[in-house]
This record gives sequence, structure tokens and C-alpha cells, in this order.
Amino acid sequence: MGDLNSLLDQEPVVAAAGVDLLADAIETQAGRVARTDWRPSAPGAEHALAILAADGRARPANRDAVERLLAVRPQLVDVVPAHSIVPDLSEGTLLHAGPPIEWADCSGPLRGALTGAMLYEGLAGNLEEAAALAPSILLSPCHHHGAVGPMAGVVSASMPVVVVEDAAGSGVAYATLNEGLGKVLRYGAYGPEVIERLEWMERVLGPTLGDAIRRHGPVDLGTIISQALQMGDDGHNRNRAATSLFLRQVGADLIASESVPVTDRSDVFRFIDSNDHFMLNLIMASGKLAVDAAAGVDGASLVTTMARNGTEFGVRLSGTGDTWFTAPAPIVDGLYLGSYTAADANPDIGDSAITETVGLGGFAMAAAPAIVGFVGGTADGAIRRTLEMYEITLAEHPSYRIPILEDRGTPTGIDATRVVRTGVVPQINTGVAGREPGVGMVGAGLVQAPMECFVEAVRSLAARPSAPTAAEDFRPWPDDDAAPYRDEIGGST
Amino acid sequence: MIDIVDVVTRRYHDSVRLMQVSRSIADMNGVQASMVAMGTDLNLELLSEMGFDTGHTTGSGADDLLIAVRADDQATADLARAEVDRLLTAAPRPAAGAPFTPPPPHTVESAADSVGANLALISVPGPHAFVEAMAALEHGMHVMVFSDNVSVEHELALKTKAATEDLLVMGPDCGTAIVHGLGLGFSNVVEPGPVAITGASGTGIQQLCCLFDASGVGVRHALGTGTRDLSAEIGARSTLAALDALDADPEVEVIVLVSKPPDPSVAESVGDAVSACRTPVVNAMLGSADVTLEAAARQAVEVLGKPWVEPPTWRTEIATSRSGALRGLFSGGTLRAEAKAIAEEGLGQLADEPGVPGHWLCDFGDDRYTRGRAHPMIDPAIRLDALAATIDDSETGVVVVDVVLGHAAHPDPASGLVPLVEDARNWGVAVIVSLCGSRGDPQGRDDQARRLMEAGAEVYQSNAAAAGRAVQLTEGVGGG
Repeated sequence: MGDLNSLLDQEPVVAAAGVDLLADAIETQAGRVARTDWRPSAPGAEHALAILAADGRARPANRDAVERLLAVRPQLVDVVPAHSIVPDLSEGTLLHAGPPIEWADCSGPLRGALTGAMLYEGLAGNLEEAAALAPSILLSPCHHHGAVGPMAGVVSASMPVVVVEDAAGSGVAYATLNEGLGKVLRYGAYGPEVIERLEWMERVLGPTLGDAIRRHGPVDLGTIISQALQMGDDGHNRNRAATSLFLRQVGADLIASESVPVTDRSDVFRFIDSNDHFMLNLIMASGKLAVDAAAGVDGASLVTTMARNGTEFGVRLSGTGDTWFTAPAPIVDGLYLGSYTAADANPDIGDSAITETVGLGGFAMAAAPAIVGFVGGTADGAIRRTLEMYEITLAEHPSYRIPILEDRGTPTGIDATRVVRTGVVPQINTGVAGREPGVGMVGAGLVQAPMECFVEAVRSLAARPSAPTAAEDFRPWPDDDAAPYRDEIGGST
Repeated sequence: MIDIVDVVTRRYHDSVRLMQVSRSIADMNGVQASMVAMGTDLNLELLSEMGFDTGHTTGSGADDLLIAVRADDQATADLARAEVDRLLTAAPRPAAGAPFTPPPPHTVESAADSVGANLALISVPGPHAFVEAMAALEHGMHVMVFSDNVSVEHELALKTKAATEDLLVMGPDCGTAIVHGLGLGFSNVVEPGPVAITGASGTGIQQLCCLFDASGVGVRHALGTGTRDLSAEIGARSTLAALDALDADPEVEVIVLVSKPPDPSVAESVGDAVSACRTPVVNAMLGSADVTLEAAARQAVEVLGKPWVEPPTWRTEIATSRSGALRGLFSGGTLRAEAKAIAEEGLGQLADEPGVPGHWLCDFGDDRYTRGRAHPMIDPAIRLDALAATIDDSETGVVVVDVVLGHAAHPDPASGLVPLVEDARNWGVAVIVSLCGSRGDPQGRDDQARRLMEAGAEVYQSNAAAAGRAVQLTEGVGGG
């Protein structure tokens, strides 16, 4: 709420967007003015942006959606076989990362991972059988099953999955257990050592960890993530602190699993300890829980999904239902392992951009000085990257905070209209898979979400039927920008 | 004495931050003790040692936030409890001199946040201006939309939104404003004073400011409302809001209401609002020859009980012209509208477009000339080209041009005009200049006037006087 009379009480302080001459004139008069580095909106979106700007529903809808996203309290409650809990995952179905795709369009690493999963599940006995079977396998995005998977993101019936529930009651999300780095299924490798590891994970890792978690009780993942950001993680490309914190927390209960042979207990401990990215999958499931809680708010331009299948990059919005808006997956600008180069890299792949969707990864880059090599090697660049993301987000996370920014909350809840309006696209930290099936990981780096997805999404949101039938559907929000999420700090006296 | 003990489940903050919060709370007046900490066994023990009742903290753990406050009374305790939430949710900003370079703001909202701005000045290309202006309103800012080429529907949407938020939208196509002495857009340098101006007229406001300046009267506010504000579609939404606010400002002693010719029914409703004002309001809504900006300024000066000083003129010789048509090349829409009303009294109907036979007066600041280019007050090229062609035209007898000085205007408009004025004199074409400038304008008003005069033009600070003189010369009355 403004106050027209207060405008005239004192010399105004001006924010200027447009020709510099006018800001210059204010400075000539010793007036106070802040300039905007304004750029035209993305081509093709002008009309849609104007429609959405005129539609009074957008702001309350986005407030509602981001409030739901931030209210989620993820906790790990169990580890169980995927077929026992993931909806609509029959034996012949394979889940994958990113938007829907046909076998014919799959990239090398996704084909490799699907092949590996067919061998692992016994659907095919060898590579020839797998190749013959592949076109008839039912493929479905993880995101359609309450799940997320890093890189190829393949989930099959026998794999153990983590069960992450919302302590605030919104729902449940799943993810497989992280296999480690090197030749692993999620990077498209399917050799015998890959299959053997998957079998060990099914036989030993899953049940042992599940037993420990059940003994421990729900593990509060939000707290681990908050602490990990204070310890130099970004929650996507660096998960060393989070993994350590997780292992510290469940260690005692892991040791106490008397029904498991002690060598298995120690193998499980060593496996988790030796994989800095073990927590990534748990963080991703936490993110999935949050975005699913924010889905389906009429009129909201909040981004609920950014995911890649190795061929296409896909985006979904809270206010546009299940529709995917896709563009060709970009190539990652990265650092490469050994003698690999960009020529060996597959286009961007994986559901792991869920972390950026909830204010982590590239959005929390300022918290992770140890990995600034990905942004040209400067801490300044890492901080700028995070600061720039505040331009396209709706909130600052109440729990995920960045020490060097005076404990400011991470930029959270991407607003697609802001992306299109400013031309600032989400920055994603990611790993790079080899182009050929079976190669595995070749590097890691940064990728920019393609603008076309956001333009299409915003146009679709603008084209939906206007005119609400009942005005009371639209919850007006108290104009209290300083503390929009205060309610969640409830408690009793 | 009141104790509050809260447990907020699953809310992690690091201990340094929590100790800072505890200390801030403990320092509050009327607070005797405070502890804000995670619910570790150690902290629960501490809490108990401090004498708090830890009964209902049973079961809380290291992931849960404890908030304990001991205060003199319930009100203080509640205040302290709320302050904990505020401190924990407040978004601190890095202090100045932070060891990194923040990226420049990409939106007017984040630019505003960086300085605490309460007014957005939007001058992006017209098709983008609506989105930016709406975002500024959503952010709680008053808005001046300098941009033109914004649709009527969007203007209406902006002004409707502003009304519900008690905010002011100046524009679209608002070239001029002065708010509490700060000039925005094209504005002349004026002293602070008791006058306020509002209305749908950029150069009308500038002309009034300059006429007041000539009489030594200062201007406190000038709120432009956008070219179309007094049209039937817009219904003077911003002018009425501005009038209301100006009337409520105790420092304002007289208000001048200025407009290009308004829609008659809108003029009527504005008239009703004027009669409800406690502050004296002088009407300068143009449309007939008897309402001029000069007459309005004079009336306002008289309301203030100050002596009226005739606006200056600069001429050393009496221009005589070959017989021919009157051609006006304006950069200010209101200056043209006023000149047109005056000229039509003497010369009958005038055309609005250049390049036609007979008399015409054209506004080169109009939307159709500024699409994709700067306003002629900033970049005079388009008007200078047209002026050269007009002087070459054998039908032209008298030319009237405006020259607008002040902030944001071209730094030396006389430089482009002088050779053309000399050329016109050689061809026997009389050039009359309406010079809209104040004594303090950065271009140097008197210097600009002198150079134009020496090139052969007659120069008038009053636009009405310039127009009157041009008509006189066109009618062949001559003399002076």
C-alpha cells in the first residue's frame, strides 16, 4: 500500500530503468537515483508478459506457490525396494530423468543406463537382447512418479529407493541411492562392475541403511542441508559436508544393525564415506517433495521442474499443470576429467537441476568457494552468480543461508516471468556424461537453462483462460514483504 | 514477570546467529533473560538452569529451535517473541565495501531495493514500459512513465492499479515532473516555492515553470500525468489523484491545472474536483485562445499577491517577412496546442502535418515521430531537417519554432538552429522562437536567446507571445 501524500513530503529516491540521460539529470541535481541494467525481454514473450502483468492473480498465486514450497520439511524415513512403493512402476517399466522421451530419441548415456537396467533386472540376458527389447520397454519420467534421478536417472523395480516424507504433511518423494563416481549406471555405464554394484546395493546397502534409518527415526534432511551450506556445499556439485553430516547422524544406528553381518555394516559405512555425492540423491528427493507441494497453483509462474533427459531440457510451471516446455538440451561449459574434452560430452542430462529449482546448486554457489573452479576460478564470480539469481526468484529461503552474504537466505522459487523479462536464465551446476554409452562421467561444470523453455511456458500461462469465476478463489496476501513466511515459525507457549 | 518458552520443530539456525539473536532480545527494554538456541541436551540444561519451565520441551532435539524469553510483562514478552521471528527472517544485506562486486540490478524493483527508492522512472521502449511500470507498482512505488507508445488499455490498467494502492502514475508519455524540488525528465531549473502544477502536459508545465521563474516565484511540485490523462478513456485518473494530493500539501499555496485540450466531459468532472479544493486552483486547460499559459501564470502570481514580471523577449530588429503561410515546428505538444489555438483565431483552420499547402503547425515530439528514436528535445535532427525543408519551401512566410531548455534537453539547441535562422533571414522568411527556459537552466538561457536573436530571430519566453507575433507577421501587419 502506497501513500500518495507521502510522495510529496520529501525529495523522492528514484529507481530508473531506461535512458541514462534521465538518471544523469537526477545526479546533476544531487538527487538519489539507482540505475537498472535494463534489457529487453526475451523475443516472443512481450505480449504474454503484458497479459500476465495485467492479471492481478499472478502475484498472490506465486506467493501461495512459493509459500508451499518453503513450508516443506523433508525427512528421510526409510529405504525400500522401488517396486514396493513407487507408484506405477511395474517390472517392465523403466523411469528416466527429464521430460518424456522415446527410445529412438535417447542419447548415448541414457541408452547405456537403460541397457544396464535391463541387464540388472534380468529383462535381457546380454547386450543383443537388450538392444532388441529396448524399443518396446515402457519409458516414463521419474518426475511423473514422485521420483527424481541424477544424470540418466534410471529407476527400475528392484532398486532400493529412499523414502522422503514431509514432516509438514504434504507428501512423499523417492530417489535411488547414489552409486558413486566413475563407471556408474547414471552416467550411462553398464559393464559388469556396474551391474555387480547395483546388485550389492539391492542386497546389502538398501536393507542395511533402511534398518538403520528405522532404528534412528526420521532424519531431518533440511537441517543437514542448512548446515552443509555453512560448510561449503552447494547441494549439487559439492555434497561432501552433507554426506559427512548424514553419516555422522546415522552412524551409530548403522553400527547397531545386529541382524547384518559386521563386514556388510562396515562396507556400507565405507561406501557412503567414500562417495562425496551420497547425499545428492537425498537432497534431490527433498527438492522433489518441495516442488510437488508447490504444483498446481492456478496462475502461478513458479518453476516446479527443470529436468533434462540428455536430448531435451524441460520445464514445468506450477500454473500450467503437467505440460512440459522443452528445448534442445545445451552442452555444459565445464572442466573435463583426464583427456576428455567437450567433444566427448553429452548434452545436459539429469533431474538434478531440482536442486537449483529449490534454491541450491548454482543458486547457492556463493556458499561453495571450494568449487569456484566451475565459474572461472574466482570467489567473486561465484557470489555474483548467486546474487544474480535473486533477480529471478520469488523468495529467500528461511533455512538455507549463505554465511558470506551475511546469512542471507538462498534465492528460491524461480519465477518464469522474471526469467523472460530480465533475460537472466537459471544457472545450473552439473556433472557431464560421456556422449557414448558405457563411458560414464567425463567432467563437471555449469549450464544455462535454455530461454526458449521459459518463453514457451510463459506464453502458455498467458494463454490460459482468464477471468476467474469466483473472486474468493484468489487469496489476497497481506502486504508484508519483510517477513512473508513468518507463519511457519509457529510454536506454542 | 512472564516466561515464554517456544519450541519450533525442525528449524535450524547456526549457533552464532542464534547467540546474536539471544543477545539482541536480552538487550530489549523490559526483557530480563532470553535464550534462542537449538534444542540440544546442553541447551535444554542451560534453559533449566536459567529457571525456565522446560516441561513441554521434552522430546525436542537438536533439530528443533528453542525460544525462551523472560520479561516484565506479557506485552514485552510478546514483543520480544515477535522480534525473534523478525530477526530470524530478516534478510540482511551485505554492508557497503563487501569483498565482492554485486551484479547490477536487472529490474527496477531490485534497483529500488538497493537505495530504498519510492519512485520509479521508466523510459524503456514503449512496448516494454507497461510490464516495468506494473512491476514497480506491485513493488509499492510511485511511477513516472516517460516512455510513449504505450496502449490506452495498458495506461488504464496502470492507473486503475495505482488507485487501489494509493500510488501515483505519471504518464505514459509524461515528459516532465518536479517532485519536492527534484526535476524528473525534461525539467527546468526552478527555485523552491509555493506553486504546484499538475496536468496532462509536459511542455505546458515547463512553460509555466519558466514564466513563474521570470516573476521570481518558485515551484514546489509539478506532477505531469501523461498526454492522454484527460481523454474520455482515461478520465483524468492521475490528474484527479494528483490534485487531491497537492491540495493536501500544506506548503502549496496555489495550484495550476494545465492540459492540452481535454475531453469536454472529463473537463467537467475535473472542474468539479477543482471546486472541492481548499487551495486556490488556476485553470490552464487549453482549447480556446483566451486560455493561455501566460495568463494562467499571471493569475497564479496574483493569487500569491506577488508582482507579475513580464516574460522577457529578445529582439534587436523587427522581422519582416515575405508573404506566405505560417509554419510551426514544435517539439512540445502543449506549446503547439497553445500556438494553434491562438493562430486559429486569426488564420482559421490549420493543418497538423508538414508538407501540405497553407498554414500548419506540427508537433515533432508526437508518438509517430519518436517511434524507435529519441525525442527531438534530445536529438533535434528530425526537426532540423524538416525546418530546412520548410525554409526552402517558397510558400513559407513565417516560421515559429520552440526551443526547450532544462535538464535532459539538448545541451546546446541554438547551435543547430543558428545556421538555419540565418538562411531563413536571407530568404526573407521570419523566424519566431518560443524559448522555454529559466534563468538557472544549464544551457544558459540568455546566451541561447542572444545567439538566436543575432542570427535574425525574434525570441520570446512566452509561447503565447511568440504565437501571437507569428500570426501578426503572417497577416502582414508587421511592425512591433
